[in-house]
Amino acid sequence: MDFKTALFVIFAVVLVFAALRVITARNPVHAALYLVLSFFSAAALWMTLRAEFLSIALVLVYVGAVMVLFLFVVMMLDINLDKLREGFWSYFPIAAVVGVVIVLEMALVLIKTFLVPDAVPPVLGANSSNTRDLGVLIFTDYVYAFEVAAAILLVAIVAAVALTLRRRKDTKGQDPAKQIHTRRADRVRLVSMPSEGKD
Amino acid sequence: MLTFNLGLTHYLVLGAILFAISVIGIFLNRKNVIVLLMAIELMLLAVNTNFIAFSHYLGDYSGQVFVFFVLTVAAAESAIGLAILVLLFRNLNTVNVEDLDQLKG
Repeated sequence: MDFKTALFVIFAVVLVFAALRVITARNPVHAALYLVLSFFSAAALWMTLRAEFLSIALVLVYVGAVMVLFLFVVMMLDINLDKLREGFWSYFPIAAVVGVVIVLEMALVLIKTFLVPDAVPPVLGANSSNTRDLGVLIFTDYVYAFEVAAAILLVAIVAAVALTLRRRKDTKGQDPAKQIHTRRADRVRLVSMPSEGKD
Repeated sequence: MLTFNLGLTHYLVLGAILFAISVIGIFLNRKNVIVLLMAIELMLLAVNTNFIAFSHYLGDYSGQVFVFFVLTVAAAESAIGLAILVLLFRNLNTVNVEDLDQLKG
């Protein structure tokens, strides 16, 4: 067993353990923290597959942004855990059957190549850079998809802000449109009345 | 001792195990929307691992570009999902899926 295989086994075991804890943890905060651990292990596995840019992006974008968002929301909500946990294991037998069938079907397809090495990865040159190659591909062949991805992110920003924006009834504020549309006649009233004489 | 030569197969089986775990998680946590969202993230992680393993062993970077877009869309999805979750909790004071029967479907 060479060094890379040992790394694969370690990270795979940590990843599977963390994933199991994500779905069984009682406290959603613990589940979110175990999800961080599983993202880290997956990033390490991607690193062994020479996808350096994506593994760093996974840690930065997912652990740095999305998981912090998750933790923020989980901590903000006051959840009644007992209500959510009742009947937790009642669907476990059918769920386990479905899960085992998924894994067995995948393993059945691949069983011939399980003990012998199948495909040998192509040898990369000494000067090859994963980030540069990926960047060249994104900005040439996939440039339209890249633009669409940018648009999707913009839509997500607008949607998230629009959904959670709350106008409270009791706050006092100015209405700029109303201020601009004010005319002189709305504010000033000239009163015509006889002047009073000296007594 | 069993010889264990690391290859594409092992990454694919790991991806399948991860996917199965998140399917089981969706079954178990069917009442808790937060953990449902987390199980969906795990599912996407399994899919991305498959993409990267194929990309590495076939020497084609297109798989990694696809993972890049999957990460983008997943980030957008979880942001909007959590916004909906906050809105839900603000209006109904619960994240229990069983209480979401306003539409009487």
